[in-house]
Amino acid sequence: MGKYLSKKLIIYLITFFVAVTIDWAIPRFMPGEPIGMLLARFQGMEGGREILESQFVQAFGLDQPLIEQYFSFWKSLFSGDLGISIYAFPKPVMTIIREAIIFDIVILVPAILLSWVVGNKLGAYSGINKKADNLMMPFFYFLTSSPYFWFAMVIAFVFGVRIGWFPINSAYGSTIRPGLTLSFILSFLHHWFLPFLTMFLVQLGGWAIGMRNMILYERSANYARYMESLGASDRLIRSYGFRNGVLPQVTGLALRLSGIIGGALMTQIVFAYPGLGFIMLRAIMNHDYFLIQGTFLFIVILVLVANFLVDIAYMVIDPRVRYSYSGEVS
Amino acid sequence: MKRNWALLLVLVLVVGLSSIAMSYERSESLVYGGGMWSPASNWNPLIPYTGGHPTGTVGLVFENLFHYYPLENRFQPWLAESGQWLSDNQYEIKLRKGIKWNDGEDFNAVDVAFSFLIARDNPTYYSNIWTWMNDIEVVDTYTVRFNFADPHYQEWKGILHDIAMIPEHIWSKVSADQLLTIANENPVGTGPYLVESVGQDRMVWVRDEDWWGNQIFGQPAPKYLINLIVPGNNNALGMLMKRELDLSNYFLPGIPNIKKAFGINTYYEDSPYMIAENTALLFLNTTIEPLDDRNFRRAMAFAINPKIIVERVYENQVTVANSTGLFGQAWMDYYSQEIVDQYGFSYDPATAKQLLDQAGYLDRDGDGWRDNLNGEAIELEVIVPNGWTDWMESIKVIADNLKAVGVNVTPSFPDFSIYLNAIHQGTFELAINNFGASLSVTPFSYWNWVVSDEIDGDLVTDGNFSRYDDPKLFKMIKAFNMTDDASPRAMEIAANIQQAMLEAMPSIPLWHNGLWAQTQSEYWTNWPSEDNPTGYPCTWGGKWDFGSIPMLINLKPVK
Repeated sequence: MGKYLSKKLIIYLITFFVAVTIDWAIPRFMPGEPIGMLLARFQGMEGGREILESQFVQAFGLDQPLIEQYFSFWKSLFSGDLGISIYAFPKPVMTIIREAIIFDIVILVPAILLSWVVGNKLGAYSGINKKADNLMMPFFYFLTSSPYFWFAMVIAFVFGVRIGWFPINSAYGSTIRPGLTLSFILSFLHHWFLPFLTMFLVQLGGWAIGMRNMILYERSANYARYMESLGASDRLIRSYGFRNGVLPQVTGLALRLSGIIGGALMTQIVFAYPGLGFIMLRAIMNHDYFLIQGTFLFIVILVLVANFLVDIAYMVIDPRVRYSYSGEVS
Repeated sequence: MKRNWALLLVLVLVVGLSSIAMSYERSESLVYGGGMWSPASNWNPLIPYTGGHPTGTVGLVFENLFHYYPLENRFQPWLAESGQWLSDNQYEIKLRKGIKWNDGEDFNAVDVAFSFLIARDNPTYYSNIWTWMNDIEVVDTYTVRFNFADPHYQEWKGILHDIAMIPEHIWSKVSADQLLTIANENPVGTGPYLVESVGQDRMVWVRDEDWWGNQIFGQPAPKYLINLIVPGNNNALGMLMKRELDLSNYFLPGIPNIKKAFGINTYYEDSPYMIAENTALLFLNTTIEPLDDRNFRRAMAFAINPKIIVERVYENQVTVANSTGLFGQAWMDYYSQEIVDQYGFSYDPATAKQLLDQAGYLDRDGDGWRDNLNGEAIELEVIVPNGWTDWMESIKVIADNLKAVGVNVTPSFPDFSIYLNAIHQGTFELAINNFGASLSVTPFSYWNWVVSDEIDGDLVTDGNFSRYDDPKLFKMIKAFNMTDDASPRAMEIAANIQQAMLEAMPSIPLWHNGLWAQTQSEYWTNWPSEDNPTGYPCTWGGKWDFGSIPMLINLKPVK
């Protein structure tokens, strides 16, 4: 077990190092530079622009050689300092991310868990019930092939504009003050629903299709036929099939996590939901090196941690993995 | 068990009741968007860039000596009571009495002097004033005199309504290296609003009931100003249609078609709907062939039909620019019809072709496109930033127009940063831009940007992206800056500048982008309009002194 974990950990560390380096490099290789962009529309006294530009280039250390910027990036990273945002000057990147990430978590965690559970249940049902299968499968295929941003726009248009039941902007009403109050909570849920629904539905299709196919496969497997011939109940066979079918679905979760998080970013942009995606789009558009670095870093960490959790979960539910690393199975 | 339920009920009630106090009363709140593009993170008036202080920091909290109302071309004394030139190089300001900072301290002449001196002793965006200003005298508590070495009369008009007054008793304690880096989270100003709260995608201001202007101008009607960051036009349009935004300062396509159905108001009932805000120009890189030839440039001006752009792209929400690019009363005071009659241009492809033929730009190899004088093919590219849909459609029209006279031009839409690099570094051929052509108190700001003399560095960032080099013209613009209002000499220089620019055509004025403003009257009425000119419906940064405060004062709550 320890061997399994330590092997995984090393892979994660290497991934982390590479990801961080790319994360540092990409914004700097984009054409254009942040201060000039922020000042592009600045109208003031003659020569005022130059004065500001030189002041801020210095303040952000952007006049340093690149290699020095890279090393000081690592140095500050280990002290937990992600720098100061340029376009939300002088707010620390850490603070911005801390304020935004809660909006990712409240959408992502319920959407991922619920769509996984519901999707697997529906898929399993679909696998044993021909009628339900015919009815639901086209819908699932439609869902899983929908890009997040497109589906988000459809949802926003239908429920937000056409029917008008839900707001399509922000995380709570414009006249609401955040706090532990009923009106805030209601307003929050009201705004939360559509982005959540988007994330939930698009993922749902994939899980259902996967599970349905697994159930069909498992039911025709030899052990299932053997059990059938022994006279085991349909229910029992199904539950064995489900347990076997879930394993690839867990792996699938690990594989698809980064896609899901990417989808969440797009969904947030459509609904102007102030999570990391919303922040990141603005950061990229403004070439805010430090904020881009910070948000990417958090997303990298988010994906790695989530993957790690899935790895551990896999180990728990699949004894073969556990045993193979502890030498109990040769 | 019963007791638990009762407890829960009480708890819900308490939470429910307290929540009433925890939200802003909609009928007292003005909800708007379109001027804020980054989370509010500092209220430091010395950091004026995008992503610096949120719009309203200057205007709502920090105030100016004067306001300038462009629709009336009138200076409104604000913190100042009056201002006048005592001699050629001395300007005196008398301040209103009884003005207090939000923290209760008196506002007086020392603060005014300090707000300018801070720029002398530290690098700020207005430090360059001190290359032509000598010193400031505090004559008495309410009188300040500015002494100039080299008075820039035109520029000074802008400075009078532009520079924010900051409290000496607070900012004198800020160390020099922190002036441009402190967030100033609890800004102390003289203005009608205070910072109430900040969110990831919003900023709320609350009215200061003790504002000095209440007795003089009246009290602003909304108790709360809720400025939302709405990241996309589609969101803004949806929110306007759902009555969630009271005032939208976004460019929204289709407004002429939907305004009736959704009860949306614009400043002008019919076309052009919006107040003209700036001039969009086509910059021609004069350092490359054939754009270095003024005959070629002039021919281009005749070939382009901005009317098509106005009608098709903007649905008549903008107007066609005249040949000089001047608009608005303050600028039009210097407009010379005579010069335009003689040197102006208008859409006329026949003339364009004739000019090109005369100048020798003929199709030598018979491929259907005109060639350079040396026989090489002319292939030009016109750029605007990707995603700026109105401009993207516009340059398609421009390219078509130019193709129609035999000039091979293709539209291209690079990312904003690449676009910006291209115009700054001079690696573009044709580009639309308007960044420095906004309505102002003097055409000097326009000329000094369109044909700025700051073209010698590696980067050209202060306008004149065409890199048109004409020391004589630069000198005229400088001379205009030194002339007094509408004096015969000023008029003469202005006419000469217009002539020189039309003869050289370093850039082609095309249309006037609007002050995009759409309002709805679910919660607030009495919006500024053509028939009811109560203010300037604008919440963009740096423009609150153009009449947005009178708008706030004149708004009427529906409930």
